[in-house]
Amino acid sequence: MSAGNGIAIDVKGLSKSFGGREVVHDLSMQVRRGSIYGFLGPNGSGKTTTIRILCGLLTPDSGEGTCLGYDILKDAEKIKRQVGYMTQRFSLYQDLSVRENLEFVARLYGLADAQGAARDMIKRLGLSGREEQLAGELSGGWKQRLALGACTLPNPQLLLLDEPTAGVDPKARRDFWNEIHALAAEGLTVLVSTHYMDEAERCHEIAYIAYGHLLAHGTVEEVIAKSALTTYTVTGEDLNGLTSELSGKPGVDMVAPFGTSLHVSGRDVAALEASIAPWRQRSGLHWQQSSPSLEDVFIELMGRSKDNFQ
Amino acid sequence: MSAVDRPAQGPAPVHAIRERFGFLRRSYAMLVKEFIQLKRDRVSFAMIVMLPVMQLMLFGYAINTTPHHLPSAVLLQEDSDLARSILKALENTAYFRFLYEVHDVDDFDNLLKSGKVLFGVEIPRGFERAVRRGDKPALLVAADATDPVAASAAMGSLGTIVQTALKHDLYIGDPPEMPFEIRAHARYNPAASSSLNIVPGLVGTILTMTMLIFTALSVTREVERGTMESLLSMPIKPVEVMFGKIVPYVLVGFLQAFLIIGIGVGLFGVPVLGNLFLLALLSTLFITTNLSIGYTISTVVQNQLQAMQMSMMFFLPSILLSGFMFPFAGMPAWAQYVGECLPLTHYLRIVRAIMLKGATMQNLRFDTLALVALMLVAMTIAVTRFRRTLD
Repeated sequence: MSAGNGIAIDVKGLSKSFGGREVVHDLSMQVRRGSIYGFLGPNGSGKTTTIRILCGLLTPDSGEGTCLGYDILKDAEKIKRQVGYMTQRFSLYQDLSVRENLEFVARLYGLADAQGAARDMIKRLGLSGREEQLAGELSGGWKQRLALGACTLPNPQLLLLDEPTAGVDPKARRDFWNEIHALAAEGLTVLVSTHYMDEAERCHEIAYIAYGHLLAHGTVEEVIAKSALTTYTVTGEDLNGLTSELSGKPGVDMVAPFGTSLHVSGRDVAALEASIAPWRQRSGLHWQQSSPSLEDVFIELMGRSKDNFQ
Repeated sequence: MSAVDRPAQGPAPVHAIRERFGFLRRSYAMLVKEFIQLKRDRVSFAMIVMLPVMQLMLFGYAINTTPHHLPSAVLLQEDSDLARSILKALENTAYFRFLYEVHDVDDFDNLLKSGKVLFGVEIPRGFERAVRRGDKPALLVAADATDPVAASAAMGSLGTIVQTALKHDLYIGDPPEMPFEIRAHARYNPAASSSLNIVPGLVGTILTMTMLIFTALSVTREVERGTMESLLSMPIKPVEVMFGKIVPYVLVGFLQAFLIIGIGVGLFGVPVLGNLFLLALLSTLFITTNLSIGYTISTVVQNQLQAMQMSMMFFLPSILLSGFMFPFAGMPAWAQYVGECLPLTHYLRIVRAIMLKGATMQNLRFDTLALVALMLVAMTIAVTRFRRTLD
């Protein structure tokens, strides 16, 4: 097929404003074919807008690039044929049955045997016996599966999934991710946005976007390494008191409770250690230097980007 | 198409994609979807049948310029045989129902003023003698102006009724001329319209209303339900969306037109003098024109409320300026120009001409072309207005 260079998405300098507010700012990214690329960031950070630009639903104000080798500005129609887009909000027809929804998609993409394709997909999704149920009556997890099924029905080369597992129970989430990995193993490229850290860790590569800026990207290990964050894990008594005492001290960029422990992180190791020194000897507290979790890195990134924009 | 094997998940055969006739196949996909949605929406589906039937029954019987049993009074200033036969004749027509017989002018005036009667006949003193002498005396008729249409039609029929009654009483043969004068006291002069004129007009009015609203909501509904985002990310073109959304309702409109004309012929005795096939063909054209306009509205507005409001904005002038309510020729020139831009104006001419006058295609060329032009304009606006992106 087109563009055998192993890159599915290659965009540079994408910007998009709505009503004078810049939602995506100078965003550049590359996604390898066959990889699962996680898109992370707080609400309103521009994830959905970026995904919509990639599949031709929005025109960027500036920037350029290719998606599956097609120009994102000129070849939107060709991109649409090869891309499956799963919207954040369930956007299949609620008053159509499972089978009718799938047949509609199959016909739109011109599948020779729309009914056969829908039947095969129902089997693959494990929805046999529910094919005549209205899509609006399915539970959240089944809706997501159906939506994924509808996206993959026309054999796309690229899947764009916008928070596909929001509000879905852990079991359905795990099944969903197994399916995504199976699809990637077959050569599909998957770009998936999410809020969940465990999902981010299941991606081959991740990108962190906040307030329209792409702040970090790479594999999970790379992103953690690049953050240059030093983290101490504190266990012991009166961690709540410690939280308020440490917050705002020089070098302490972040204090976050994790269950029975507290993560204290900072970019400037010397300043951090100087600030925490008085508490390190306090009895009843156990301090241990640890590697920051992905969540630490993201919360720190988020806090930093907020500073830049406020 | 790159065939991707899916060994991991078992049976998932790759289905081939056909590139030919893409336009037709995608329009068909849309059409099937719309049909299913219409079928599921039982209330809308019931309305398709109930709306025209109920409206036709209501308006067809309500808008009736032929009055029945008008409450009436008579001021008898002489009790003669002639006066009695005139009253009898009036009552026999079923137009009038004489509730009061008074002998005093003040009583007579009060009855009219209080609204107890809508109609009054005054037979003056010495009426019979004056008629026999050939003096042409005046028979005074007073009508309540607040119900103009009913009274005027009754008044129009008065002369004939009285004349017929007199035939039997006064003369052996036909009277050479009216032996007396009917002096009508009415403060206006309404246009004469018959019920035959109204039923064909209702075909057009009802179709305008239902068709407009069906499609005016179609695109906004997709936007509001969030399905538009997914639809736009699929390879379908605006013109295909439009055809897919219009075609099912052409059939719906056709069913409605069939119902209305059927009821008009069956219940109201409206004739169809012209070619039924031509009527069906031009009705389909009118239906499609309205659907295109509704669809255009749908591509312009932001939500369903706006769609309803804009439909009404189009519907009201359609009723008022098309010649359905008021005679087209009586409108000022600017209003006539506006009227010419409304499909209902042209369809009213078409449907009245075919049903009542037996007109042929030859007579209706201009109005047919006007409908085609309006349809094409609406479709062009709709396709260009349809937003391919979410920008």
